[in-house]
Formats: sequence, structure tokens, C-alpha cells
Amino acid sequence: MKAWLLLAAALLLPCLALAAGESPRLVGPSPMPAEVPAPPLPADRADDVRRTRNYPDQPPVIPHSITDYQIDLNTNRCLTCHARQYAEAVQAPMISVTHYQDRDGQFLGGVSARRYFCTQCHVPQTDARPLVDNRFEDIDTILERLRRGRDGQ
Amino acid sequence: MIGFLKRWWRVATGPSKFFSLGFLTLGGFVSGVLFWGAFNTALEFTNREAFCIGCHEMRDNVYQELQDTIHFTNRSGVRATCPDCHVPHEWTHKIARKMQASKEVWGWLFGTIDTRQEFQAMRRTLAEHEWHRLKANDSLECRNCHGADSMDITRQSPRAARIHERFLFTGERTCIDCHKGIAHELPNMEGVPPGWDPQWDRAAALSSGVGQGQGPMGDSGD
Ligand code: HEC
Ligand code: HEC
Ligand code: HEC
Ligand code: HEC
Ligand code: HEC
Ligand code: HEC
Repeated sequence: MKAWLLLAAALLLPCLALAAGESPRLVGPSPMPAEVPAPPLPADRADDVRRTRNYPDQPPVIPHSITDYQIDLNTNRCLTCHARQYAEAVQAPMISVTHYQDRDGQFLGGVSARRYFCTQCHVPQTDARPLVDNRFEDIDTILERLRRGRDGQ
Repeated sequence: MIGFLKRWWRVATGPSKFFSLGFLTLGGFVSGVLFWGAFNTALEFTNREAFCIGCHEMRDNVYQELQDTIHFTNRSGVRATCPDCHVPHEWTHKIARKMQASKEVWGWLFGTIDTRQEFQAMRRTLAEHEWHRLKANDSLECRNCHGADSMDITRQSPRAARIHERFLFTGERTCIDCHKGIAHELPNMEGVPPGWDPQWDRAAALSSGVGQGQGPMGDSGD
């Protein structure tokens, strides 16, 4: 009998908590259907300073404006600077060799179709205040903490 | 009827009986001014955006695209209209352009372009006309608003400043060599190199300004 009561309490308590107060919403107005004016679009960080990558495989973020850059069947604006033959003239980093490989690792003469739409992976950063804190730590920070922990012992 | 015409012919060709020479000269002058004014007004009318987008070819394609660009809305509130970029402000150029424009009216009458697809199919040709024109006049229309002398490159992004210093201020290139597609979508750009192409001279030699280079899928394998 005791066990049953405990179980019932365990099931009921979270429901009560939910009824007491809705979980806070992360985005948008609260209560939900209220209409509020859209916040202004935050500006792109276009200072031409390359950002550190969080891990070696990360597609680097774009440090310059890409407003109205056309990427379609007709033309790819990004490649006019980042393709091998133009990179030097504008001092842009050349797209790495992975962009010239198909999924079997074969090297192609031109940019691989799966890397053609650059903004699938590369995005500019804005000055927007993050809604949720980012507690990501890169591998060096973690290793450093581990090392300190070991040395401290 | 014939008699009436004959009488008028005599009056018109014979020496003036009723009006002084002075009056006739003045009259001629006044009607000249009126005619010139009407001609000018007509030209001014055809020089307005409303006239350009009166045609569906212009309204449904290029005008739609223009509205998304920085030349339509920007923080400075300066709006570039079609004639700002497409018809030279100088009088002489103006007439020359108008003569060329009559060819467009022909195209409209005989319907060379009906659908978006047909427009896209012709777009490369039309764009090339504009590139050649702007190349030939050293991007005159762009410079009407953007003077290279007034450009403070220290206030530009480093990316822009670097390249302007290297190619623009040395006079090696002009705006349109590098800034294609600033107002409309670009056509298939196969074989059109960007203005900073290291092979520019070879490319230019191959086909008067529109040479080898960037294909849609990147490396052309030169
Ligand atoms: C006019 C030439 C030009 C164009 C067009 C251009 N870029 Fe760049 N890009 C650069 C330059 C130069 C840099 C080096 C940093 C800087 O000066 O901004 C750069 C940096 C980058 C970086 C950072 C690389 C790194 O290792 O940190 C990425 C990612 C990038 N661009 C992606 C793009 C994408 C995606 C597009 C198209 C939407 C594009 N770029 C269009 C010139 C260009
Ligand atoms: C499928 C995702 C993806 C697409 C699409 C993609 N990239 Fe990348 N890119 C990456 C990743 C991942 C890296 C970092 C690792 C690497 O080099 O492969 C990278 C690296 C880069 C770098 C830095 C190279 C270096 O050596 O510093 C540049 C510049 C770049 N990409 C530009 C582009 C451009 C321009 C395009 C469009 C033609 C593009 N990328 C398309 C994923 C992508
Ligand atoms: C009578 C309809 C009509 C009007 C009005 C009109 N256009 Fe066009 N325009 C066309 C057509 C049709 C074409 C395609 C030309 C062809 O078929 O040769 C064209 C082509 C063009 C081109 C391509 C360049 C070229 O030489 O091939 C430009 C630029 C252009 N128009 C700008 C303008 C501007 C600016 C105005 C206003 C001053 C304007 N048009 C008014 C119908 C029109
Ligand atoms: C009626 C005047 C006018 C004409 C003509 C004009 N522009 Fe502009 N242009 C502007 C204004 C205004 C801006 C936006 C300035 C701002 O607020 O940053 C601009 C912005 C630009 C930019 C910056 C784009 C960006 O994303 O920051 C470029 C590049 C440019 N123009 C090139 C050209 C070229 C090339 C031509 C000739 C084909 C041209 N302009 C003709 C007024 C003009
Ligand atoms: C050699 C190539 C080249 C020439 C010639 C050139 N530009 Fe640029 N311009 C660039 C590049 C590259 C950028 C930066 C990337 C972008 O916005 O596409 C740029 C950026 C700009 C900008 C934006 C500035 C900023 O801070 O981002 C304006 C405005 C501009 N150009 C106007 C002009 C005008 C007007 C001319 C002719 C008098 C001209 N450019 C000639 C290559 C060129
Ligand atoms: C800021 C300058 C600018 C403005 C404003 C502008 N154009 Fe253009 N237009 C160009 C340039 C540059 C080209 C050459 C092709 C290219 O680079 O996109 C062009 C090309 C064209 C073409 C040839 C087809 C094509 O897309 O290449 C037509 C037609 C045309 N413009 C019509 C218009 C009309 C109509 C308007 C007004 C609604 C207008 N343009 C406004 C700069 C401008």
C-alpha cells in the first residue's frame, strides 16, 4: 500500500508543478498569442577578422558581409574570391581541399556539388544577445582543466 | 479642296504681306522654343522610372529584383532609379541612348520576351550590352553617385579597401569590372571573370572584356 501511495505521489507531483506555473518560454511573447513588434535585426559582425574555430572540423564562420550575394545555378559569388585561382588577388583563404572532394574522397577538378551552396555550412555572426548561455568549451580548455586537476593532487 | 491648298501654297511661298519680318522671326523663335520644350518634356518623361516599368519585361523581372538590393533601400535613403544607371545624364548621350531605345520598343511590339523564362534566356546578351557600355564610359553612371575621389577607403571594410587600392585607384579597372549584378540577378556567368582575375589581360584579349574564367561550378581548370 505504501509503495502505491509513493508511486502516485511521484506521478502527481510533476503535474502539480506544471499546473502551478507554465515552464518559462525561451522565445516569443508570453502569454503566447500576444502580438509584439519584431525586434530589430541585429547587425552582422563584418569586421574582416577571422574567428577561432571551436574544433578543427568546424566550418569557419564568415567574417564579412554577404548581403545579396548570389549563389545559384547561374553564378556563385563566394567562389569569385574563394576559388583557387582568385584567392590570392583578394587575399581570401582558399576553400580547403575537402571542398574539391566527393563523398568517396575522390578529388575533382572543380568544387564538389555537395559543397556548392556555401551558406549551408558557413554563416555570418551577428551582435544578437544569445537567448541561452553557451557553455561550450573547446578541447584545450577541457584538457587544461584535467591537467590542472591532476597537478593539484 | 485643291484650290484651297493652292491658295495656301501661294501665301506660304510668296513674300509676307501682313506680318513684319521681326514678328516672323520672333514667332519662329517662340514656336521653336515650344517645340524644343515639348521634345524635352517627352525625353524627360521617357527618362523616368515609371516609363521604364510601364513594360512588363522591365517591371516583372529587373524591377522586382532591384527592390531587394541596397540601391532600392539603404540607411542613407538615396534611391537609384533605372535612368540613374542606364541613361547618361549628358544631353548628347541622352539622344544617342533614346535612338537605341527605339529598338527596345520594337522588341516590345513584336514580343521577343513574353515570359520570365524568355527573359532569363536573353539575359546574358542584354547584360553584356550593359557591361560593354559601362566599360566603355568608365562606369560613368556609377561615378555620378560614387566618386572615387570622395571614397574614403579608411572607412571601408578592409576587404573592400585593399582591393580598391590595388585596382581602382591605380586605374587598372573600373567599377563594372568587379561590381556586376549589384542591381539585378546575374545571368549564367560562365566565362566572365571577376575584375581581380590574375588572368584578366588574357581573358580580355580573348573576347573584348568578357573572357575566360569563373564557370558556375567553380574552377575552369586553367
Ligand atoms: C570579394 C571577395 C569575397 C567574396 C565574394 C566572399 N569572400 Fe569570404 N572572405 C574573403 C576574404 C578576403 C576573407 C578573409 C577575411 C576578411 O578579409 O574578411 C574571407 C573570409 C571568409 C571566411 C573565413 C575563413 C576562415 O578561415 O576563417 C569564410 C568562411 C568565408 N569567407 C566564406 C564566404 C562565403 C560563404 C561567401 C559567399 C556567401 C564569401 N565568403 C564571399 C573574401 C570574399
Ligand atoms: C557541407 C558543409 C560545407 C559547405 C557546403 C562548404 N563548406 Fe567550407 N568548410 C566546411 C568545413 C567543415 C570546413 C573546415 C574543415 C575543412 O577545411 O574541411 C570548411 C572550411 C572552409 C574555409 C577555410 C579553409 C581554410 O583552409 O582555412 C573556407 C574559406 C570555406 N570553407 C569556404 C567555403 C565556400 C566559399 C563554400 C561554397 C563554395 C563552402 N565553404 C562550402 C564545410 C563546408
Ligand atoms: C516598350 C517597353 C519598354 C520600355 C518602356 C523600356 N524597356 Fe527596356 N527593354 C524592353 C525590351 C523588350 C528589352 C529587350 C531588348 C531587345 O529585345 O532587344 C529591353 C532591354 C533593356 C535593357 C538591356 C540592354 C540592351 O541594350 O539590350 C536595358 C538596360 C533596359 N531595357 C533599360 C530600360 C530603361 C532604363 C528604361 C526606361 C528609361 C526602359 N528600359 C524602358 C522593353 C522596354
Ligand atoms: C543614384 C545614385 C547611385 C548610383 C547611380 C549608383 N549607386 Fe551604388 N549606391 C548608392 C547608394 C545610396 C548606396 C548605399 C550607401 C549606403 O547606405 O551604404 C550604394 C551602394 C553601393 C555599393 C555597396 C553595396 C553594399 O552592399 O554595401 C556598391 C558596391 C555600389 N553601390 C556600386 C555601384 C555601381 C557599380 C554602380 C553603377 C552600375 C552604382 N553603384 C550606381 C547610390 C548609387
Ligand atoms: C578590382 C575590383 C573592384 C573595383 C574596380 C571596384 N570595386 Fe568596389 N569593391 C570591390 C570588392 C571586392 C568589394 C568588397 C566586397 C563586396 O562588397 O563585394 C568592394 C566594395 C565596394 C563598396 C562597399 C564598401 C564597403 O565598405 O564594403 C562600394 C560602395 C564600392 N565597392 C563601390 C565601388 C565603386 C563606385 C567603384 C568604381 C568607382 C568600385 N567599387 C570599383 C571590388 C572593386
Ligand atoms: C545601381 C544601378 C542600376 C539600377 C538602379 C538599375 N540597373 Fe539595370 N543594370 C545595371 C547593371 C550594372 C546591369 C548589367 C548586368 C548586371 O551586372 O547585373 C544592368 C542590366 C539591366 C538589364 C539587362 C538584363 C540584365 O538583368 O542583365 C535590364 C533590362 C535592366 N538593367 C533594366 C533596369 C530597369 C528597368 C531598372 C529600374 C527598375 C534598372 N535596370 C535599374 C545597373 C542598374
